[in-house]
Amino acid sequence: MDQGEYNRIVKAIGKKQIFAQGDEAYAYGALLAGCRFFAGYPITPATETAELMSKLLPQIGGTFIQMEDEIASMGAIIGASVTGVKSMTVTSGPGFSLMQEHIGYACMTETPCVIVDVQRSGPSTGQPTEPSQGDIMQARWGSHGDYEIIALAPNSVQESLDLTIECFNLSEKYRNPVLLMTDGEVGHMREGITIPDFEGYKIFEREKPQKDPNEYIPFFPEQGKVPQIADFGCGYHTYITGLTHKPDGLPATDDAEIHTQLVTRICQKITDDTDNIIKVEDLFLEDAETVVISYGITSRAAINAVKILHEQGEKVGHLRLITIWPFPEKIVRKIGESAKKILVPEMNLGQLYHSVKEAVGYYAEVIKFSKIGGTLHSPQDIVEFLKEEKFNV
Amino acid sequence: MRTEIRIAGFGGQGVILAGLLLGKAAISDGKYAVQTQSYGPESRGGAARSEVVISDQQIDYPKVVEADIVIALSQPAFDKYCQDVKENRNVIIDSDLVKALENKVLSVPFTKIADTLGKKVVANSVMLGYLQASTEVITVESMESTIRENVPEQTIQLNLEAFNQGIEFWKKGIRNGSG
Repeated sequence: MDQGEYNRIVKAIGKKQIFAQGDEAYAYGALLAGCRFFAGYPITPATETAELMSKLLPQIGGTFIQMEDEIASMGAIIGASVTGVKSMTVTSGPGFSLMQEHIGYACMTETPCVIVDVQRSGPSTGQPTEPSQGDIMQARWGSHGDYEIIALAPNSVQESLDLTIECFNLSEKYRNPVLLMTDGEVGHMREGITIPDFEGYKIFEREKPQKDPNEYIPFFPEQGKVPQIADFGCGYHTYITGLTHKPDGLPATDDAEIHTQLVTRICQKITDDTDNIIKVEDLFLEDAETVVISYGITSRAAINAVKILHEQGEKVGHLRLITIWPFPEKIVRKIGESAKKILVPEMNLGQLYHSVKEAVGYYAEVIKFSKIGGTLHSPQDIVEFLKEEKFNV
Repeated sequence: MRTEIRIAGFGGQGVILAGLLLGKAAISDGKYAVQTQSYGPESRGGAARSEVVISDQQIDYPKVVEADIVIALSQPAFDKYCQDVKENRNVIIDSDLVKALENKVLSVPFTKIADTLGKKVVANSVMLGYLQASTEVITVESMESTIRENVPEQTIQLNLEAFNQGIEFWKKGIRNGSG
C-alpha cells in the first residue's frame, strides 16, 4: 500500500479521531491492512461491520458481496484470497459454526484469510443480542482433522482496530486463517479511537514465488515451513485441493508419509514460531501469589479488580492473553510455577480454563469463574470471588 | 473522577443515540468515555439501555457499576434500574411515562416538550439538555456541535431547539414537572 491508497482509505473513513464501535473498528482495521474483499451474511451482533464494509469498500476499489449464508461467505473469501486479494468475513456463533468446514479447507490449502467472530450467547441461536466467550474452543477445534489456528482477542475498540491489522499480517505471513475472537460487548461498545498514521503501522504482504514457473513447486517451502504459493492468474500453475496433496499440489490420499509430512508442516509453521506470534500483557506479576488470567472484555473487569486488590496490599497479579491460540503455554506454565492460585474468569462455563489447567499441571490450583447469559463480570464480582469464596486473599 | 450514566427506556425513544451523543460530546470535552448498550431482538418497543462512563482517566471497566445518574424513559426501566443508584443519586424520569412514588426524582415532561416542538422523537434531545444543565457532565458547546454532526441535516435546528428547551426547563427551576 502506498501513501495515496492510505489517503483514499482515510478519506473514505472520514476522520482520524472517531468515537467508534468495535464492529466499526474491525472494518477500519481491515481496510488499513489492505483487505479489498468482504463476503458475509448479516447477523447480530456483527452486522455493523458488514454494513460499513459495504459502504467503504466500493469507495476504495474493493468488493463487497452479501452471500446467501455463512458457508458461502467463507468459500467466497477463500476464493478471493487464492487470487491474491486480502479478504475477510465477519460473523457470530451460529455463522461461525457453519464456517468450520471451510476454515479447515483454508488451513489445508494454506489460504490466508481473516474471520472476525463477534461472539454471542449460545448454543444455537441462543441470545442474539447478548455477549459471550462461548466459541473459544470451537475456534481451536471446530474443524475436523489436525490443524493449527491463530486467534486474537481484543479488549477495547482501539485494540479491535489494531488487532484486525495484526490478524491480516499473521494470516499473510503464515498462510493460515486467522480469527479475531471478539464479542458482542466489544463489538457494540463505543470508545474514542485513532486511525494510525501511514508510518504508524506495518503491513505484511504474502511472499510470492520468484522462480521460473517451470521449476516452481507450490507447496514446497524454499525456506522454513511456509510455502510461496502463487496467486491464481499470475502465470504459475497451482493446483489447490482440500485432499492430502504432494508438494506439487496434486492429491495423494493413500500415502501415510505424504499426509504426515504435509499436516505436520502446516501445524509446525505455527507451533515452531509461537514466540513471534504470542502476545500477552501482564500486571503486578512479580510477587503475585494469586494470578487472574483473562482475555477479551472480561479482562477489563479483571484488571480493575486486580488494581483494587493490589492497592489493598494483596499479592495479586493479572495476565491478559491477547493471543489465545496458539495458547501461551510457556508463559502460563511459568506463572503456575510461582503462583499458588490462578483464577480464570470467562463468559462461558469454562473453556480456556482447561488450557490454563493443562499448562499449569499440578504446580498451582486453577479455578474457573464462569458467567453466562450476557452479564459481564464486574470488578466487584472478581474482588469478592477472590476474597470470600476460594482465595482468602 | 468517574461518572456513570445509565439511560433506559424502550426501543425507538433514541436511548442508544442519546448515549452515543453523550459519549461523543465527552470526548470532544477532552475526557475519556465509553458507551455500551443492550437491547432485545426487537427494533422498536423492547427494552433498550445505554450506559456511558465518563472519566478524566483511562477507563478500565466500561460498564456502570453504581450509577451516578439514571434516566428512565419508561416504567419498566424505572422499576428495574432506579433501585441500585448511589446515595447522592440523580434520577431523572419522563413525568408522563413514569410514575415514581419517591419525590427525590427529577421529573420532566421530555416527551411533552418535544411534542410542543412538533416531533416527539426529539424527546431524547430535550433530555440531553436537561442532563447537561442539571449535572454539567458535558459542556453545552460540545453537545451542540455533537448534535450538529450527528443528526440528519433537516433536523439539526429542531434537535438544537429541543436541547435548549431541556436546559431552560432546568434553569426555570421546575424540579417536578407534571409528574
